[in-house]
Amino acid sequence: MKQRLLTDYGMVLVLLLLCATFSVLTTSEQSPTGEAAAKQVAAAIGGQHGRKLRVLIVAGDQPGDHVFAVCLDRDFAATGTRVLKTVTGGPKEARDALAEIAAGGGTIDAIVCTQAAGKWLVFSDLGTDFPAVGTPQLVVPQTYRWPNFLKAENLLNIANQIAVIAIVAIGMTMVIITGGIDLSVGSLLALSAVVTAGIIRDVLGGPEASAGGMLLACVAAIAVCGLVGAFTGLMITRCGIPPFIVTLAMMLVSSGVAYILAKGQSIYQIPNSFVWLGRGANLLGVPNAVVLMLLLYGLAHVLMSRTTLGRYLYAVGGNREAAHLSGVPVDRVFLFAYVACAVLAGLGGVIMASQLKSGSPTYGGMYELYVIAAVVVGGTSLRGGAGSMLGTLVGAFIIAVIQNGMNLTNVESYTQKVVLGLVILGAVLLDRFRHR
Amino acid sequence: MTASPPLLTMAGIVKSFPGVQALRGVDLTLYTGEVLALLGENGAGKSTLMKVLGGAHRPDDGTIAIDGRDMMFRSPQESRAAGVAVMYQEFTLVPGLTAVENIFLGQEQSRAGFVARSDERRRATELFARLGVEIDLNVPCRRLSTAQQQLVEIAKALALDARIIVMDEPTAALTSHEATRLFDIIRDLARQGIGIISITHRLEEVFAIADRVMVLRDGGNVGERPIARITRSEMIELMVGRELAGDFPPRTASIGEPRLEVAHLSRPPAVRDVSFAVRCGEILAITGLVGAGRTETVRLIFGADPRDSGEIRLDGKLLAISSPRDAIAAGIGLLTEDRKLQGLVLGHSVRENFALPNLGRLSRRGFVDLAREREAVGRSVDQLHIKVASQEQAVGTLSGGNQQKVVLAKWLARNCEVLIFDEPTRGIDVGAKYEIYLLMNGLVVAGKSIIMISSELPEVLGMADRILVMHDGRVTGEITDVPRASQEQVMELAHA
Repeated sequence: MKQRLLTDYGMVLVLLLLCATFSVLTTSEQSPTGEAAAKQVAAAIGGQHGRKLRVLIVAGDQPGDHVFAVCLDRDFAATGTRVLKTVTGGPKEARDALAEIAAGGGTIDAIVCTQAAGKWLVFSDLGTDFPAVGTPQLVVPQTYRWPNFLKAENLLNIANQIAVIAIVAIGMTMVIITGGIDLSVGSLLALSAVVTAGIIRDVLGGPEASAGGMLLACVAAIAVCGLVGAFTGLMITRCGIPPFIVTLAMMLVSSGVAYILAKGQSIYQIPNSFVWLGRGANLLGVPNAVVLMLLLYGLAHVLMSRTTLGRYLYAVGGNREAAHLSGVPVDRVFLFAYVACAVLAGLGGVIMASQLKSGSPTYGGMYELYVIAAVVVGGTSLRGGAGSMLGTLVGAFIIAVIQNGMNLTNVESYTQKVVLGLVILGAVLLDRFRHR
Repeated sequence: MTASPPLLTMAGIVKSFPGVQALRGVDLTLYTGEVLALLGENGAGKSTLMKVLGGAHRPDDGTIAIDGRDMMFRSPQESRAAGVAVMYQEFTLVPGLTAVENIFLGQEQSRAGFVARSDERRRATELFARLGVEIDLNVPCRRLSTAQQQLVEIAKALALDARIIVMDEPTAALTSHEATRLFDIIRDLARQGIGIISITHRLEEVFAIADRVMVLRDGGNVGERPIARITRSEMIELMVGRELAGDFPPRTASIGEPRLEVAHLSRPPAVRDVSFAVRCGEILAITGLVGAGRTETVRLIFGADPRDSGEIRLDGKLLAISSPRDAIAAGIGLLTEDRKLQGLVLGHSVRENFALPNLGRLSRRGFVDLAREREAVGRSVDQLHIKVASQEQAVGTLSGGNQQKVVLAKWLARNCEVLIFDEPTRGIDVGAKYEIYLLMNGLVVAGKSIIMISSELPEVLGMADRILVMHDGRVTGEITDVPRASQEQVMELAHA
């Protein structure tokens, strides 16, 4: 059992190890912000005093500071604490507020402020500058040590960053399991983004496009990619050209067509609402692209492990002749794999266009290599016949975590490439040794 | 001859793999100029022992000595350098290179960094002359026949000055005629002072070539005798550890109406105008030399290759077969000659291989019913006595006999009306052979029809109700009175 865990989920261990390493490397002083900070401070004040307090709330102008102020207002209103004034902005605004309260002859029991605002000089000499307000206590959120890497927003960011590659890798896993390869996915990504953006700009009237129209534009772009995939599949099955050659050719063709359609330019006349798919987060704060990715992985896993088609994909890759002689419709299975791969690349292009709110023929450069790397690191054999969807998901995350971790630890981007390359090699090497 | 130390002594060889002890202290002695037949059922440890000798496996324990000197082979290269040439069942020739290039692969004769082609050619011609054969030195090896390729392998061994040559099933892919020719060559090599170890399942061959017989069972020695002091049944007894009733089980099937009829099947040059019929409850054997077009004929019936012309009828109904899928749907099954390349997905489990042609029945709306699948596999494994650790075991790790049983299981589960067996017992041990014969008999008793392609004449004569002989893509003869037919009669038709 232990043996099996190790062979089947060895890459999960690698992923966890990477996460642990980056967690240690990025641990630093953290100050809570927003609602969490407000809750903590409100609780601290409530616990200290039994009577009704007069407080001044001071928040900066950073993201989250506004939430901090609003939440505190609400909490104090509930406990009956009297808020004299709520300041958002810089030290100048705080000074003005203090002066106003002092002029009005009021005293302050506590000044509640964010971590950053607590360090403002205004509050260091209150006794001499504003003797009238009394000796208020300065209350700031407590700091704590926590890895930057392990923050929820960073983890979601990792998932969001890798969503496109991971989604395309689903199709690539199928293709590689059949013993093939698809080099055209990066170009298809660009083609899809350009077609989507182009239709929105030229047919739907740019920024005024309707939601339904945009959906159709996406479907059209994905369909175009699907057609390219079907052509690829037919060239491989009917004409017997090796997948490497066919998809290499289609990589050039698709990229060229994307440049022609976009006239070499980026297309950005797109409504703001188009970013819903790429940047929105409607479910518990999880980005929509990540939700879509997880959904697709669930479906793909079921397809590969539970359906006849999944069995056929493995069989065709394991021994094409034996599968053929066992009555497997070999050509249709290959066709499915290449169409699925191209369609998912098309979907990846749509997501990318949505994330960047534009479509450009330069998108997806080198993506085919990252996608293949994710599949291979995930334990799928390039010889075909073996591999798993969940492995690919883990492989994609390994790549994403390495990139993100190196960004957080300020590793230069050129060095990142070197490290990434070596890690891919190392992961596959490790896989070799485990299976020996 | 025996005064000097033996050419080869292997003593107390132990080798285990995860979960199996393949060899438990095996001893082997080989003298100069001797042909030793190494016998044993599949899984007895013959191949492992030879892989140890060839340097492909390192033994856990035991010693190897050549000419009395202790050796330690850490790689196939070291073994080869010591004068050992192991010829595996799968040839190791590079198909695109010529015989000369293959013979000198890795040890090219060079002059100032350039390959001395004329020298190589001259030496290759000498080697083939020594073997007494002629081989076209200008064509790539893939164009040579199987028998010729084997001779190239032997020449390659001789070029390395091999003093010990190991042959694993040397006649498996040869016709009887070619095999006889090979035996002459083997005897000749022995006279030249080379020690030869031959692994084989064909007991007739043992009497034709061996000086001495050594039998392995379950990874240990069970007997060793000069050929003059052992009989065929004693060999079988040593191998299986029990006495078998006879080589072929008795038949009780009654033959009925024609079931599968083939008319004017053609795909020149391999198949030219072949017509025949198989009846219910009948085993029809198709025999002939390798390359006679037997396999090609059944591949056309099965839709594996496109046919130029010809009609296929099942129970009088015309079938439109253009792919194996169509043939399977019509109730025809093909057990291919080459299990590893065509019959099984070696890296996949017994369960997945079994299910491949049966998924339609084991799934609902595209989803595989895993519980039903496991149950069906379990039933077949029990019924056919397939020795597996679990249903999830990769078929590539099974012995030849058990692999063949998995192939059988997957087709039996389809309940095909017509089953085509292409060399059903090639490379399978005696015990498993008998079981497969029993199964074939069971099928015809149940009214199924069987077409059996076989190069082993005893098998053809022992199993068939009727024999079709092919030569050069045509049917050259039919023998209906099988009990009175002789091997000579068949061979005559085959050479027509």
